[in-house]
Formats: sequence, structure tokens, C-alpha cells
Amino acid sequence: MSSLSPADFERISNSSEKENISRPSLSYWADAWIRLKANKRALLSLYLIVALLLFTIVGPLIWTIDPALQDLDQISQPPGSNRLALIIDDYEPWTGLSSSSENGLRLAESATTMAVRLVWDVLPNASGHRVYRNIFPVGEERAYGIPLAEYFDNSTQFFEDRLDLKPRRYFYSIVSLGENGELQDEYQSIAVDLQRVTTMSEARAKGLILPNSELTTGDSINLNLHPLGTDYLGRDMLSRLMEGARVSLFIGIGAPSLFILFGIIYGSFAGFMGGKIDQFLMRFADFVVALPFLLFMILFKIAFGIGPGESGVFPMLVALVVLMWPGTARLVRGQILQIREQGYIGASQLLGARTNYLIFRHMLPNTLGVVLVTITFAIPSAIFIEAFLSFIGMGVAPPTPSWGAMSNEGIKNMLTSPHELLLPAILISITVLAFNLLGDGLRDAFDARLRNQE
Amino acid sequence: MISYIVKRLLQGLLTVWFIATATFFAMHNVPGDPLLNDRAVSDAIRANLESKYGLDQPLGTQYLIYLKNLSQGDFGISFTQENREVNDIIREHFPVSAILGILAVVFAATGGILFGALTAIYRNRLPDFIIMILVILGISVPSFVIAAMSQLALVSFNSLVGVTVIPVAGWGTIFHMLTPALVLGLGTMAYLTRLMRSSMLEVVGSDYIRTAKSKGIPAPRIFTRHQIRNAILPVVTVLGPSIASITTGGFVVELVFAIPGLGRYFVQAVQQLDYTVIMGTTVFYGAFLVFMVILVDILYGLVDPRVRLEK
Repeated sequence: MSSLSPADFERISNSSEKENISRPSLSYWADAWIRLKANKRALLSLYLIVALLLFTIVGPLIWTIDPALQDLDQISQPPGSNRLALIIDDYEPWTGLSSSSENGLRLAESATTMAVRLVWDVLPNASGHRVYRNIFPVGEERAYGIPLAEYFDNSTQFFEDRLDLKPRRYFYSIVSLGENGELQDEYQSIAVDLQRVTTMSEARAKGLILPNSELTTGDSINLNLHPLGTDYLGRDMLSRLMEGARVSLFIGIGAPSLFILFGIIYGSFAGFMGGKIDQFLMRFADFVVALPFLLFMILFKIAFGIGPGESGVFPMLVALVVLMWPGTARLVRGQILQIREQGYIGASQLLGARTNYLIFRHMLPNTLGVVLVTITFAIPSAIFIEAFLSFIGMGVAPPTPSWGAMSNEGIKNMLTSPHELLLPAILISITVLAFNLLGDGLRDAFDARLRNQE
Repeated sequence: MISYIVKRLLQGLLTVWFIATATFFAMHNVPGDPLLNDRAVSDAIRANLESKYGLDQPLGTQYLIYLKNLSQGDFGISFTQENREVNDIIREHFPVSAILGILAVVFAATGGILFGALTAIYRNRLPDFIIMILVILGISVPSFVIAAMSQLALVSFNSLVGVTVIPVAGWGTIFHMLTPALVLGLGTMAYLTRLMRSSMLEVVGSDYIRTAKSKGIPAPRIFTRHQIRNAILPVVTVLGPSIASITTGGFVVELVFAIPGLGRYFVQAVQQLDYTVIMGTTVFYGAFLVFMVILVDILYGLVDPRVRLEK
């Protein structure tokens, strides 16, 4: 048997801590944070928001391309498109000579983005020809596209197209003209795939090849990289989206923060004063609520008057603050009125707390949870309003990009290059969704009564 | 009840006065000059025009004249379209916006109530998930994107069928109205669905539903008589503000679908700085919204007898 030492007979301490069955007390905020962490959707949206903020703030430091810079070689290019360009000799005028031995409408030489050279034979019964170009095939409805040239006799049987050529497939047609220049039924059409080309001098001027590079004619080079493609003016989508995120999030976060601050001051003042003052202040808030919102946003915007070169972000911020504070003011007032009657306020007063102490130590901190929830719901609505206004052309002035303004520009060529509309629209949707889900999570975390309903 | 209605109407009038005043002074601060057209105007003509529109009067007098005309329902004459009264413009274009708005509200309310009730009943089952995903889309995708996408879908649908079943844009028949109204009401529908769902969940778990069940009342009857009727109340409360957001949201939809409504006309007037039209439209819209909210409040009192209107 093991031996017992005298130490084993020491009297163990008999503190009362063992009997204590309470867990460590949690503050209001710690409790809410634990509940928020348990909510996967809210946590995910929190990560999303952090990622968006990084995209907005850190993004432009990494991707430093100027959002206003136009890359005219790459206009309306979708993300991840081929950006190889063949280096060819400088342009030389063409006299219509052709080595091609085929019949009918044909290419004189391979088609490039510098020039498309067409030759043809005279169509039956033609007294002249008209040349058309389309981006769609000529169907039964005889949609030839845009007219490029017209010849009223048969002496000219060639045409050189240098008009705004893109590296894509075009459908060229020649249509026979009658004696008086009228359109006849006879036509020929060919599909032409253009290759993107550049010349040495052009590439040097754009900084695509270094001065001491050994590249020569016939080699291929890569044009500038645009990870998310370009818009209809050849501007880089990625840098524009980042710049637009700054505008959208600045309005989306700045305006709610300001009007909620004002609402807190206004509402807590009204709630605390009570009586006639309270009634008067709240009646005024009711008036402001009754103003037709979008109309007044536009009114304020024109009342401010945007000078040339200004972005119009500031007037929009002010208009949002002026029109949106009453909601918060009402909410905070209601909270203050409720809290004023709580037992702990009375207890604090009994212990000799002063008014200032009561407001700043008890009342405001207890309204902060509700206020935080309001902010998270106000942010997506502010982003929506900005997008709305910019979309109808009443928001930020071009060329300042914002997601709404970019959608407005993108919707015009939605059919040919959908990425110009979809990218900003997706970003708006993700942002609004993330803030909404976070708002839900926060509301559930702060308000125990609503917790069990989802 | 009657004294309540009268009181609310008086409050409404006061609100309309506030809106009119705010509009007047906001417009007065607009830089530029309504008579500053691209046409060069001689001083004499200018003075004539100013006196015609009352612009040579001091600001206070202008305000009083404005209020006097307004109280007689006269919004003045358009600055850019000679001989066209603002009243005519409103009379011509507002019904279009109103029909669109009413249809959208009907869509939103019926859809929201129905889907919300369904999600609550099929809680955490397949219908619930599908509807809630749609709701999340409806809340987070901007309406102009939905409008553009629905137009694309319509184009491909029409070309698939071979005839234009539902027109892509324009105005005229009931078929023109369906898609824009649906797009316009979608955001509100999503919002109402969520509201209805949480309110329905509360009702489903309550004691009186259990009592009704234990009394042997058939489930459909409980659904229509007890659950829907009680859960619908919060939805009715937000219907007033929803009407406001739907009518103003109509701007974008009118623009995308080329509908000749007042919203599109307002945007056009702003671009042309047509002062009287801007002011008239704003005040008219404001008054309309104020009285819609009052109407909804009165209806609320009828739906729910517990609401003490005298408050």
C-alpha cells in the first residue's frame, strides 16, 4: 500500500467558489457577438463585406490602371478574351490589285483590323454596286447592315474597309444597283474573320514593346491585360469597378452614417425632452417623411447645381441625409421613451446619477444595438438609391464611375457585350445581399424576441 | 371614427402645404433661369415673359400667388411646351402611372401574402427554400437589371412562339402592362413575403390556432379564417409606404419599358428645367402619396378593430 504522507492530511481550503454555479457574466455586446458568430449566413456576409472593402480600398493600390484610360484596340472586350495581336508592316494605300483567283465577292488579302480589302465580279444586270457590312448574317429579311460605299457604274470592283474594325466576324455584302441607283434583288455575301494586328510604330508608341526588343514584323504580341474586359469606350472594367465601388460605397456608407448620427441626436433630444417640444419635433419629422422621396432627391440634386467637372457625389450625400433622417429619429425616440421607464434608470437615479451620466452611460448604449441594425439596413437601400438615380441619369455625373452609372452605360449594349451590364449589377446585388443578411443576423443577435423565428 | 378621419385629412392638408412650400423654395434655389433658352431674348421680350409668369414679383408675392393657384388646383403652364397646362400633362400621363402602380401593388400584395403564408406552412421544406431564394434575389437585384432581363426573356419567348404574345415595351393593351407591373412589384413582393412569413410563423405557433385545431376545425378553414386573417395585419400596415415606394420606383420601369407615364415625364422635365412641370408633378405626387397613406390607415382600422383609432 502506498504510504500516506502528512501532507495528505492537510485540510483543504473551503472557499465558497466551488458552490458558485453562475457562468462569467457577459456584457450586452459580448452576448450579441456570440450569437452573431453562431449565425453562419451573417458571418459569411460579414466576410463578403470585408472582401468588398478590401476590393475598394486595397484594390486600386494593386491594380493601378487609370479607370479613365481608353484602350482603343480593345473596345467592349469580354473578360478573358484573346489579346494577341500580329505585328505587320505599316499601312500602304491600295489600288485594287488582287492576286485572288476566285469568283464573286472575295477577299483580296487576309482581313485584319487595319483593313479589309474586298474585290468582286460584276453581278448580273448590275449597273453599280453598294457595299454593306453587318455583324449578323444576312437572313431572309435581307438585313445587309450598314452601307459602306456606293458605285454607280461597274468600273470599280473593289473596296477597302477601314471603318472602326474589331477583331470579330463581319458579314460583307454587295448588292447590285439598277440604272437609277435603285436597290436590286441580286446580292452576294461573305463572312470575314478579322485578325487583330498592330504595326511596330503603333506598338512602340503604346509601350507594348520595349525599344530594344527584338520583335519584328510577323511576330505576335499581347495587348494590355484587362482581367474583366473593357467597356464601350475601351476603359478597363476592373479599375472602373474599383473606382465605382469607392463612389457607391462612399455614398452607401457615408450617407447612412451621417443621417443616423443626426437621427440619434434629434430623436434622443425629442425623446428626452418630451411634452410639447417632442410633439413639435416629431410632427416635423412626419412632414419630411411625407416628401415624395425620389422626386425630392432629384429636386435637391438640381437645386445644388453640378458644375462642369464635378462628380455630383456630394449633393447626393446631402440630399440623402436631408431626406432619410426621420426614420432613425423616430426609432431612437421610441427607444429612449421605452428605456426612460426601465427599472435600472430609476435605480441609477436613486444612486445619484446625473442626467449626462444617464444619457451617455445607460440610454445611448442601449439604443446602439437597434441603431447598428438600422445602419446595416440603411446601407443597401442607400446603395440602391444611388444606383437607381445614376441609372436614370440623375445621379453621379459621367465620367465618374459608380455601379449604377456603369449599369446605365452597360444596358445600352446589353446584347452585344453583356458583361458591361452584368459585372456592376452583380456587384450591386452582392453588396446589397451581404448587408441585408448581416442586418438580419444583427437583428436576431440583438433582439432575443425575434431570434427563434427564422 | 369620423372625427379621426377629419383629423387625419386636416393633417394631410398641412403635409401637402409643407411639400408645396419645400418644393417652391427648393426650385427657387435652382441655379439658372427658366427663361434662359438657347434662343436669344431681347430685354423687352424678357420683361414681358417675366411679367407673364409673374417672375418680376418679389419672392414672397410669388409664393403667395403660387399657393393661391395651387389651392384652386392650378399648377400653371409648362415653360417648354407653350400652351400646355401642367394639369393637362398630369391628366394625360398620371392614369398610366396609376394603373401601372395599382397593378404592381396588387401583384405585390397577393404574391407576398400567398408566398409568405406558403413558406410559413412549408417551413424548412422545399417550397420554403425555393421561395426564399427568389425573395433574396428580389431584394438584392436592382429593378433595372430585372427589367432588362425580363425584356430579353420576352424577346426570346416571342421569337420562339413566332408571334408577339407579350410585347416587350410600349403601352396600350393589358399585355403591355403585365411585365412592367410584375417587375415593379417584385421588390415589394419580396419584402412582403418576408414580413408575412415571420408574422405567419408567429400565428401558427399561437394558442388560439391550437384551440381551433382541438375543436376539430378543418385545416383549410383554420388557414383562411384564423391564420391568414391574423397574420395579414403587419402586411396591411406597410402597404401604405409600399405604395409610395412603388410609385416612385415606377420611374425606372417607365424608362426601361418606354411607358408614357408621369415618372418618365418628370425626368424629362428635369432635364429641360421645366419649372412648373417639375413643381406641379412633385406636389401632385406628394399629395397623392399622403392621401394614399391616410386611406390605408383608415382601412387598417376597418380590418383590425383592436386598433384604437382615437389615439
